[in-house]
Amino acid sequence: MEEHLSVSFVRTEPLPQLPPPATEQGIVKWLRENLFSGWLNTLLTVLSLIFIYKLASDTLPWLLNGIWNTDSLAECREILDGTTGACFSVLTDRWNQLLFGFKYPSEQYWRPTLAFVLLIVAAAPVLFFDLPRKMLIFTGLYPFIAFYLIWGGTIWTPIFALLGFVVGYVVYSRLVRNSFATAFFSGIAAALVSWWLGGFLTDLLASETPALEAVQSRDMGGFMLNMILGTVCVSLSLPIGIVLALGRQSDMPIIKWICVVFIEFIRGVPLITLLFVANVVLAYFLPPGTSFDLILRVIIMITMFASAYIAEVIRGGLAALPKGQYEAADSLGLDYAQAMRLIILPQALKISIPGIVNVSVGLFKDTTLVSVISMFDLVGMIRGPILASTDWNGVYWELFLFASLLFFVVCYSISQYSQWLERRLQTDHR
Amino acid sequence: MAETAQMKVSDEVAITIQGMNKWFGSFHVLRDINLTVYQGERIVICGPSGSGKSTLIRCINALEEHQQGLIEVDGTVLSSDLKNIDKIRSEVGMCFQHFNLFPHLTILENCTLAPIWVRKTPKREAEETAMHFLEKVKIPEQADKYPGQLSGGQQQRVAIARSLCMKPRIMLFDEPTSALDPEMIKEVLDTMIELAEEGMTMLCVTHEMGFARQVANRVIFMDEGQIVEQNEPEEFFNNPQSDRTKLFLSQILGH
Ligand SMILES: Nc1ncnc2c1ncn2[C@@H]1O[C@H](COP(=O)(O)OP(=O)(O)OP(=O)(O)O)[C@@H](O)[C@H]1O
Ligand SMILES: [Mg+2]
Repeated sequence: MEEHLSVSFVRTEPLPQLPPPATEQGIVKWLRENLFSGWLNTLLTVLSLIFIYKLASDTLPWLLNGIWNTDSLAECREILDGTTGACFSVLTDRWNQLLFGFKYPSEQYWRPTLAFVLLIVAAAPVLFFDLPRKMLIFTGLYPFIAFYLIWGGTIWTPIFALLGFVVGYVVYSRLVRNSFATAFFSGIAAALVSWWLGGFLTDLLASETPALEAVQSRDMGGFMLNMILGTVCVSLSLPIGIVLALGRQSDMPIIKWICVVFIEFIRGVPLITLLFVANVVLAYFLPPGTSFDLILRVIIMITMFASAYIAEVIRGGLAALPKGQYEAADSLGLDYAQAMRLIILPQALKISIPGIVNVSVGLFKDTTLVSVISMFDLVGMIRGPILASTDWNGVYWELFLFASLLFFVVCYSISQYSQWLERRLQTDHR
Repeated sequence: MAETAQMKVSDEVAITIQGMNKWFGSFHVLRDINLTVYQGERIVICGPSGSGKSTLIRCINALEEHQQGLIEVDGTVLSSDLKNIDKIRSEVGMCFQHFNLFPHLTILENCTLAPIWVRKTPKREAEETAMHFLEKVKIPEQADKYPGQLSGGQQQRVAIARSLCMKPRIMLFDEPTSALDPEMIKEVLDTMIELAEEGMTMLCVTHEMGFARQVANRVIFMDEGQIVEQNEPEEFFNNPQSDRTKLFLSQILGH
């Protein structure tokens, strides 16, 4: 007992808070700790500075000395007169071609431009869910508006397409209370019937001179084509990927089997071969005389490709959820669709965000592969009409720098958005 | 204790289990289970690890499928018919060892989700009910937080409130306190005692023998997938009949 007394200690007053010592604050501390904390660190800092200097001293004059207002490479070289400098005038001279391709009627450029501006409005409520939910109505209408703006032609095509969806949805929502499957397939049937009828009516109603001049798919090009393919394929492949991932987890062997075969087949095949299939082979399977839009074919192929990858990413998210979440949902009496929509998918998708973004960014960049099947997207335009022209034969750096910059801006924005989204959805605070 | 012992047990049957057998693959987990639970009963199920306690109560709300025998809950026979299963699940509340709250929803949303989507209760009404039960488990001030921000004991009480919001006639508990620190066990047990005093039919797998003595009107001992012994708590603890029960009790009570 006696010995224990010697170690007993009771604090009677709390210690006050003190500021840290002066040498442990400010920029000097930061420099010392981060750049010059030892001889190896100092050496690396110096080497890096030399490297950055070399890089800047070589590229900056080229960038800053750039020529922006000539009509051909020869003219530009003449002005530069042997000094280093970039011929950015290829960008100003061929600006519209880079953005819209070389066949899109130039007096109609406002249409894709407007479609692009509206895309931002339509995407906003999907990306930022604090915005009023009413804006989603516009998002729903956007595909039809954008189609009409970019392709033009008779306005009845997008209207009947929209009507088909509306009819399908109305039929579905009438029947869904009884049975999901009946409602689902009746909805699809109703939509198909109304599209079929719409096809006849469109032919009857279409006037000789439509309000917006029709532009053919093969006339689309430039960065616009990359944007069309990227946006459409990403927005389609996400829902399809979810369905595939759920199908792969399904208890029903046939559905599971179909999904597994689809996913594994698509993942085992290079995208470029799928695009060649889209370009050439699909035509064999179609009844002779039908013209199946090339862009549509390419969209189908890229979407299939991306959705297989997204399905695998989401499957990882589903597998990462504890079994208890499924059991809790079941024990509360939620049915399969409710449990998936309200409990499982929100969490699984949140886990999958980095993977989904990865696939989307990759997909967006892969849209440049269509240049290989002679479509004139941004890269196709550069490699084809622009570099082949006598005016601009030989300006590689400027053009590909510009293409890289455009893609970088879009992909970096997607990546930044996803990081914001992840922070925003963070609710597990441990 | 005198008061809880008097808590009324009606002669209305809540759960009937007859000749029920279950296998995991070729492993016979539950063997010939026969059990009748009356409305208002508080039953504690105990037994060594792996004896099939969890499996038994998970069969009652069809989280596990049984292969043989009959389970009837509140007059509805459990078959593989999805409609029956969902009906039974919405009448039977369940609390898990690891709470299983939905981490992406706030406490209030956790509690209103099932009433809104399964019972089709209007949102306002569901929120009022949820607040009522959150007050009952004594955490109304946490309603807008997320589960990750709560302590284990608080999470388990939310889980109880979440089940109660469905106004279940029967509550199942699978070791609700065994993932908790000692100081949190009491707050959860208090909530459960209160629930028992209100006449809720409860089946509870637990190793809290104090709770069993105080609240239960029947204690069931399981071993190797069989019901080995059942009795009133007083008799069960003071005068166990089977050797296996005696061994188990001597281990769990520590002497
Ligand atoms: N999904 C499953 N597949 C195969 N075997 C299982 C499965 N779930 C449980 N088992 C086995 O069934 C037996 C009973 O398990 P159960 O979880 O019901 O035991 P328990 O009495 O709840 O034990 P504990 O006190 O450890 O929770 C155990 O031997 C376990 O290994
Ligand atoms: Mg257990």
